[in-house]
Amino acid sequence: MAEEPQNNNAYWAANVRIILISLTIWASVSFGFGIILRPALMGISVGGADLGFWFAQQGSILTFLGLIFFYAWRMNKLDAEHGVEE
Amino acid sequence: MDQYTLNLLVVGASFALYIGIAIWARAGTTAEFYAAGQGVPPVMNGMATAADWMSAASFISMAGIIALAPAGGYTQSSFLMGWTGGYVLLALLLAPYLRKFGKFTVPEFVGDRFYSNGARVVAVICLIVISVTYVIGQMRGVGVTFARFLEVSTDTGLYIGAAIVFAYAVFGGMKGITYTQVAQYCVLIVAYTIPAIFISLQITGNFLPQLGLLGGYAPTGGDVAFLAKLDQVVTELGFTQYTSHTTSTLNMVFFTMSLMIGTAGLPHVIIRFFTVPKVSDARWSAGWALVFIALLYTVAPAVGSMARLNISTTFWPNAVEGNALDGEALSLEQINTNPELAWINTWKNTGLLNFEDKNGDGFIQYYNENNAGMQAIAAERGWAGNELTKIDNDMMVLANPEIAKLPGWVIALVAAGGLAAALSTAAGLLLAISSAISHDLIKGSINPNISEKGELLAARISMGFAILLATWLGLNPPGFAAQVVALAFGLAAATIFPVLMMGIFSKRVNKEGAIAGMLVGLIATAIYIFLFLGWFFIPGTATLANTPDNWLFGISPASFGTVGAMLNFGTAYIVSGLTKAPPREIQDLVESIRVPKGAGAATGH
Repeated sequence: MAEEPQNNNAYWAANVRIILISLTIWASVSFGFGIILRPALMGISVGGADLGFWFAQQGSILTFLGLIFFYAWRMNKLDAEHGVEE
Repeated sequence: MDQYTLNLLVVGASFALYIGIAIWARAGTTAEFYAAGQGVPPVMNGMATAADWMSAASFISMAGIIALAPAGGYTQSSFLMGWTGGYVLLALLLAPYLRKFGKFTVPEFVGDRFYSNGARVVAVICLIVISVTYVIGQMRGVGVTFARFLEVSTDTGLYIGAAIVFAYAVFGGMKGITYTQVAQYCVLIVAYTIPAIFISLQITGNFLPQLGLLGGYAPTGGDVAFLAKLDQVVTELGFTQYTSHTTSTLNMVFFTMSLMIGTAGLPHVIIRFFTVPKVSDARWSAGWALVFIALLYTVAPAVGSMARLNISTTFWPNAVEGNALDGEALSLEQINTNPELAWINTWKNTGLLNFEDKNGDGFIQYYNENNAGMQAIAAERGWAGNELTKIDNDMMVLANPEIAKLPGWVIALVAAGGLAAALSTAAGLLLAISSAISHDLIKGSINPNISEKGELLAARISMGFAILLATWLGLNPPGFAAQVVALAFGLAAATIFPVLMMGIFSKRVNKEGAIAGMLVGLIATAIYIFLFLGWFFIPGTATLANTPDNWLFGISPASFGTVGAMLNFGTAYIVSGLTKAPPREIQDLVESIRVPKGAGAATGH
């Protein structure tokens, strides 16, 4: 059983990496495209408004949904790879 | 059949359903009472979470908050991103680990992880302040909805609502609440979507409101984009352009962040993730919750903006085809004789809408009277100020079925939906309060040797008292009810979210750090809010006027939760670094909650 702590550390490091990638996307669509970068994206129009407006009102929510399901799916795979699933 | 009878039938049927579920789902053990026996499938838990989360405010007021003048439009996107983005944080940072921990309440995790009853008590205090604040608004929502649709007084409505919640929450606990919330979600989403589809069809010709928001403006053939039309009409009337950004970017970022981490730190939402069977279910469940929430949250900005354009063109008939001010405003004669406009007088009677022909010309001019350009036009044309003197935020959703001329049963459904939204959130909050009292205070501190049966009884009695307190507060709402919501979110963001996250992601943060962090977050946030909104919300005691010039770096009191959270994190790390590391067994506990294997049933004892 000496391997177990090491395995758990590798599992945790992989999990933290996935979380960081996901949170980068989370912040880019909302705080980035939706607010701070909106002036830079003004030129791209989406149905009567601009891309930033779309991200602020709909795009972020849809991305958030994708992110949570991606994370759940990816973590289930990771659990199995490291043999820590229930 | 008249509208009153229809409302009574539909609302009565929905109540019968909730009571039926309550009888079926009685709780027999504390595990069932606190966490529904950890047997709720993820999709169902997602639905229950969505109903728990979406309150009377989400259902009735949000569309108006997002879309109505003067602040409506793009700037209010913070609510949309904030109240959904929090679920990403829950799914990635909190829910799976708290489920693995396998206990019943949020303070219990804080107490165990930071090996301190003091930390647990601080967490209980934060939880009770947050949840009690929140529940006042829900009880008011129940009373007001009853009063509007069933022609009883607000107080009578409140008593009926409290009796219904009592019936299923006291006997069913989390188990009864969960399954009634599933039913309540179905009622509220159907009630919200049907009128939305019709208004979207009328204004944009698009069946889906989400696409309608980006579609063309149907009354002129759809060549002009709906949002462009809306921008044109509102700017012509002197209001801020709908899609433009008019406030401080820093404040918008901080406000959105406060709503996100505040959402992730709300105890009544977090405890919903204790009810699923496995760690992986907690992850899926957060996703399903957001699916069900997004169904309403993507419709709300469409409903709000379409209703706003609809009201603008109603009062300026010429705006449909061309420029509003090229034609006359809506005449009083039209309002009083045209059957299609009967809703204006109906809603005037409820007090949510009001108009007054100030200059006595027989027309109702609706414009932004604070805009310099409009004041010049008004002087030239002999207007005596804005004559559409009130449009309440709640109008947008409640009056939609009548404005869209939908059949009576849709109006009845909206009444049942508003009640479902308020009741489901109230029940979730009451459970969070009662479990903090019976499990964290009575079992955790006062009488640790209490039997299972004794604790279940204590839980039911605390629930009963929580309902009495909530009813009393609903009957006698403190004058500061609206302001305290900022406090609830600020505290959840500045205390509960950081302490939970550090408990999971750091092995180094210790008891001293956690307590110091929570207290600094709590006090800093409370003081900043009190400075601008009055000490303990007593009117007239505010130290500084609540204007952007006075705010620290332009950060509003409602956005300060983000700063409070930063202070909490910073303090906790510094204090932990200066004191000794947590004991070995605590570090092992952190190791174990990070790995899903071996979650099993709850170990509450």
